Amino acid sequence: MYAFVTGPLAWLSFGIFFVGILVRIVIYIRGLNWQMDRVAYQAFPAAGIRGAVRSVVYWLLPYGTHSWRYYPFFTLLVFVFHICLLVTPVFLLGHNLLLQERWGFSLWTLPEGVADGMTVALIIAGVFILLRRIALPEVRILTKPYDILVLVIAVAPFVTGFCAYHQLGNYDAWLIAHILSGELMLVAIPLTKLSHFALFFLSRIQLGMDFGIKRGGMKNKGMAW
Amino acid sequence: MPEGKLCNKQTVDTKEQLNALLADKSGKQYYQELKALDVDGDALWATLQKTCKSRLRTWLEICAHCGMCADSCYFYLANNKDPKQVPSYKIQSTLGELVKRKGQVDAAFMEHVMDVAWSQCSCCNRCGMYCPFGIDMGVMFGYLRGLCFSQGFVPWELKIGSGMHRIYRAQMDVTTEDWVETCEWMVEEYEDDWPKLEIPVDKPNADFIYTVNAREVKHYPEDLAEAAILFHIAGENWTVPSEGWEETSLAMFAGDWAACKMQVESVYDAMDRLKPKRMVVTECGHAYRATVIEGPYWAGLKNGQTPVESIHYVEWVAEALRSGKLKIDPSKRIKEPVTYQDSCNYIRNAGLKESAREIMSHIAEDFIEMKPCKEHNFCCGGGGGLNGIGRYREQRNIGLKVKRDQILATGAKLVVAPCHNCWDAIRDLEEIFHIGIRWSFLKPLLLKMVEVPEHLKPEE
Ligand code: SF4
Ligand code: SF4
Ligand code: SF4
Repeated sequence: MYAFVTGPLAWLSFGIFFVGILVRIVIYIRGLNWQMDRVAYQAFPAAGIRGAVRSVVYWLLPYGTHSWRYYPFFTLLVFVFHICLLVTPVFLLGHNLLLQERWGFSLWTLPEGVADGMTVALIIAGVFILLRRIALPEVRILTKPYDILVLVIAVAPFVTGFCAYHQLGNYDAWLIAHILSGELMLVAIPLTKLSHFALFFLSRIQLGMDFGIKRGGMKNKGMAW
Repeated sequence: MPEGKLCNKQTVDTKEQLNALLADKSGKQYYQELKALDVDGDALWATLQKTCKSRLRTWLEICAHCGMCADSCYFYLANNKDPKQVPSYKIQSTLGELVKRKGQVDAAFMEHVMDVAWSQCSCCNRCGMYCPFGIDMGVMFGYLRGLCFSQGFVPWELKIGSGMHRIYRAQMDVTTEDWVETCEWMVEEYEDDWPKLEIPVDKPNADFIYTVNAREVKHYPEDLAEAAILFHIAGENWTVPSEGWEETSLAMFAGDWAACKMQVESVYDAMDRLKPKRMVVTECGHAYRATVIEGPYWAGLKNGQTPVESIHYVEWVAEALRSGKLKIDPSKRIKEPVTYQDSCNYIRNAGLKESAREIMSHIAEDFIEMKPCKEHNFCCGGGGGLNGIGRYREQRNIGLKVKRDQILATGAKLVVAPCHNCWDAIRDLEEIFHIGIRWSFLKPLLLKMVEVPEHLKPEE
């Protein structure tokens, strides 16, 4: 079982992940149309790049935009959630040992205690994000079962990983569950709205270019996100 | 009844059609017919497949349903945080449904879509600045309005408006003769006070052509005279085109893209004909947006620019004050607290916030910013055509509360509003809420305080 989920299944899920993301990016870019979107993407490259960079960078900075500052608590949840989600699996000691074993190289790794703390932080942030969904009328009205499913898919590898690491109950079962949920997430990224993993950047770049080229970017220092 | 006599999928291209619509007071019969209008689901779906691509598809798909856009929308705030006014909800329940159902919807649904697209969104684009993905409902609702229009689901006034553009190349029935006569009349009216005052028509190779809003011609011709006097004082070499003088676009509010193209091309033709160095657009927000910002795309100009450089009136004023072409008499500057209504169309969506500040620094001693301001300002409440639609008067009036409270919070009693829609909305909000404010375009304020060079004064 272990060999199967870390072998062919892992190959498959990483394959779907990488190819899927690539396809997403290609489809997005090919679907852009200067006249339909009403943005002269190619006419003013400097203004376009400036607008795009501003639009991405400000939004990547915690509290970097008016909107992030307007919702301080939710912003905290969002950043904790996403930073932990991206950093923990990549720099986890366990994952890098595996990488070393299979591919002969590894990355810098997080101290185990820190990784553990980040896992817990992510789970807590996930719970609060869920509670907020249910508690606030303006979010509840938007919420579909699909949104909750996607949240569960994203959090599951961390819950199972936490249980496996702390050997709560049957280690082997947790480990298999962890690997499977991780693979499910990889597959889900290109196929669900988790595709915002890549599309966040494309969408922000697009709007940044829109404001940078057309909507005022060439008349002032740029949109005050 | 698949197609009504007045309410149908046809565009309004003849005076007969237009008159029939106008004769139907407040669109009573029109809206009656609308209820039974057939929806061509296949055509809708074909359009969606062709035009709802990368940007719009992605926005619909990746919206995280996080609600961060909620408080950015003044409709949501003004309606006591009604969740049905959250921007994401508004678009998902309309455009989102249309896509999900592959265009197969009925007239009742389309009527609902129309109501949301015109009465719950003024296309102010503010929510786009607050969404982490940059999902811009102003853009989405603009697109949705186009879909509605193609199926005949459009508010009565805007069907008329787009017809006006198609027939007169103006938002009202102002003909070339009416326009040129108004120019002559204004010169006659004011030349005693301003010797040698001119409104040159069709002068080739001028430094700029000046283009206006048909309302000015029809209802406030003094605005044109004031513009002429200020250009006269500034010593400008300017002209107006006899054709292609109208900047506004009710067609844009209506989502009638073909009419949008006809309208802006009439202006671009004037540029080609008269070869001015630049164009100056009157104090109107959506007019500038339509003809300068969006227009080149409708006309298929690949670089997204108008044939000659085009500036908004606030840019011209800021330049004239900076260069000293216009000089303000320091003793006549505005002494009382005064605030400025940042128009979504030329501030948020065209980047002219600094021009506005520069002007205020010259003309006002106690300038107070609204909160929020500049590109973060709230819509006045009358944008996107909402001011002119009788069916949605009540929804519009509720939306005005946000601007009322913003103005009250400044403590200022005078609001500078260099945008026709904003000006109207602020006038209406005073009529409804009686908060004791005054509001003004820039031209009359400037005229009261500019220094007039000796040689331009009438001989005693
Ligand atoms: S564009 Fe403006 S009015 Fe429309 S949903 Fe967004 S914030 Fe509200
Ligand atoms: S802020 Fe953006 S992602 Fe969140 S609900 Fe609104 S439109 Fe969707
Ligand atoms: S009316 Fe004024 S404030 Fe409202 S959308 Fe138009 S420009 Fe903006």
